[in-house]
Amino acid sequence: MTTGRHARERLSRPMPAEVIEAYMAALAVVGNPSSIHTQGQTAKRMLEEAREAVAAAVGAEPIEVTFTSGGTEAINLALKGLWWARTGTRILSTRAEHHATIDALEWLERHEGAVIEWIPVDSLGRIDLDALAAALGSDVALVTTLWANNEVGTVQPVKEIVALAAVHGVPVHADAVSALGQLPIDFAASGLAALSISAHKIGGPVGTGALVTARATVVEPLLHGGAQQRFRSGTQDAAGAHAFGVATARASGDLAGHAARLTQLRDHLIAGIRSAVPSAMLRGDPSDRLPGNVHFTFPGCEGDSLLYLVDAAGFSVSTGSACRAGVPEASHVLLAMGLSEPEARGALRFTLGDSTTVEELDALIAVLPVVVTRARSAGLA
Amino acid sequence: MRVLAAMSGGVDSAVAAARAVDAGHDVVGVHLALSRNPGTLRTGARGCCTIEDSMDAQRAANIIGIPYYVWDFSERFKADVVDDFVAEYSAGRTPNPCMRCNERIKFAALLEKALALGFDAVATGHYATIVTADDGSRELHRAAAWAKDQSYVLGVLTADQLAHAMFPLGATPSKAEVRAEAAARGFALASKPDSHDICFIPDGDTRGWLADKVGAEPGAILDRSGAVLGTHEGAAAFTVGQRKGINVGHPTPDGRPRFVLEVRPSTNEVVVGPREALALRELAGARFSWAGRAPDDATTEFACEVQVRAHADPVPAVARVSHLDGLDDREQELVVTPTDPIIGVAPGQTAVLYVGTRVLGQFTIDRTVSAVPQPSLVE
Repeated sequence: MTTGRHARERLSRPMPAEVIEAYMAALAVVGNPSSIHTQGQTAKRMLEEAREAVAAAVGAEPIEVTFTSGGTEAINLALKGLWWARTGTRILSTRAEHHATIDALEWLERHEGAVIEWIPVDSLGRIDLDALAAALGSDVALVTTLWANNEVGTVQPVKEIVALAAVHGVPVHADAVSALGQLPIDFAASGLAALSISAHKIGGPVGTGALVTARATVVEPLLHGGAQQRFRSGTQDAAGAHAFGVATARASGDLAGHAARLTQLRDHLIAGIRSAVPSAMLRGDPSDRLPGNVHFTFPGCEGDSLLYLVDAAGFSVSTGSACRAGVPEASHVLLAMGLSEPEARGALRFTLGDSTTVEELDALIAVLPVVVTRARSAGLA
Repeated sequence: MRVLAAMSGGVDSAVAAARAVDAGHDVVGVHLALSRNPGTLRTGARGCCTIEDSMDAQRAANIIGIPYYVWDFSERFKADVVDDFVAEYSAGRTPNPCMRCNERIKFAALLEKALALGFDAVATGHYATIVTADDGSRELHRAAAWAKDQSYVLGVLTADQLAHAMFPLGATPSKAEVRAEAAARGFALASKPDSHDICFIPDGDTRGWLADKVGAEPGAILDRSGAVLGTHEGAAAFTVGQRKGINVGHPTPDGRPRFVLEVRPSTNEVVVGPREALALRELAGARFSWAGRAPDDATTEFACEVQVRAHADPVPAVARVSHLDGLDDREQELVVTPTDPIIGVAPGQTAVLYVGTRVLGQFTIDRTVSAVPQPSLVE
């Protein structure tokens, strides 16, 4: 059972060779993009071309793209920046958001006097539009939503959310970190005020992301010191941006084909798990979900037992929610969807990528019955 | 063997895990998350339980080259160790939470889970030795490093638990040697301070922490005759044998110090008196266990040594199991008679019996008999 314990990252999306090559080549270009000399100009050109590539991939104008250190910074910049530039006092969101959103909102509540109203989600993790409509008003500073849930994969009705908010002139931010590269994103058509994305989800480097903000949107900066970008200070990472641009162009070039391949793998894995472990419960929307996301709960099992056993069998999976501050916890997303804590504890999330094969999935499906039986015998701590 | 190494983030458990690997075992490191709320137990604690400790453990596992996981035992820990600690103090007893943790978490909840997941043993950084006897049974013995010996807090382990326990540090002559080895292995935690305090009381202020949990109402400090000498801030914070913190404002007539003789939670009273009034000639407890092989006939008096605190000296004694009069005949208690009266024993404390270096068994003290001609001081 232990063979291949150290085989990691089988089910995730590694950085493609062409992105690594582009990244390495860009690292060799010396120069601060803000410098006027020739090398600086070269770096500047590389940076702006990357901005154009990222903008094109999400249907935005280049000036609307602010590079950040990743999704977390983009989300923090959007939420705090929109709050500081606001007129209203309330913020509407859901308890099923990523921790980057929940923690930033709770910080605004504690330190800035924001009033956060948590709109319920249904049992599939989708926002309750009626409750949102009822809560909206001209005193709402902003609405923030996931484009698609990072844990259970459910796609959110972003268009409807924006339409409801527009009635009251309320800006909407979407966290599209998980959606990028899997779902078509058209920022201009969405009507969103702001959109957060991250490079590593599409095979770009960790440490690079972007906040896309409409021209008319005003965001107060988090970081001060030089105003190198619209809402962000700090020397720009031209190499990271370049690699992000290459990864984005690559991902958006074959988005439909990639999504179709992932969807096929996803549905194969879902069907396989359902037949191998009949007690397993699929979480999130069965079809309107991220193409690369499979999420199940296994009754009577502790997530960390499942994780250990699947890991020991050579497959990298996640317990559903990342460890929070080092401590594994029942997923807040599952709890928001109405699961009890014991139900929520037996969760496994499978993330499918470019390199995933049907054979690997079949091997995983084959070990699951034994894994689940054993995890169940270990019980709930 | 497939070994689960419990890694607290401290020096001892990191070296223990590394030694298990060196011994040829297939080792996985596991850090126990004992609190879900990083704001309470996990901030500022010394020696274990903080986020930083979990990171230290992870880095050590990473250097050793073993898989590492964090397992959540916070609910079990709260129910079986923290709540038990509070309940025991509330009842006027003095519990040992480390012992409770070994008994119910590390060698119960964790061990059971490990066995269910396919492991053969749990390794910890405790200083104690396991010896396999001629008949194949396993015995628990003191560590080679007498000053660091932790066999006392492991006295609760039964034969089944010992069969799956591994203490790779037992034969090491000193802690200094373990630290040197940690440094040589490249563990940044080599110079981390030892943990001495109770891990779930972050600032080490047990009295303040208990006052928060059990409430503290001022009450009377009495002498043995029942005369009120003064007041205290809450009986639960006192433990039998304690000398510090008895503030009655005036000295004894003979100038000798006062000691806590009894804590009465129901009336919130603390009884104090001279040191000799603490002397006991008999200790007994109905909750006892044998560490491995039980004596052939425990109902016949046998010679042993008894140790009543983690760092107390063992004293010579005789012990036997006796049936409790007037009760169901399955009700037994372990009765220990020290050769000389023993001082400073609080109900709720654990007495561990030794024969030479071997741990024979243990019991929770629930009945004592005074050595001085006074009315029984402890019911």
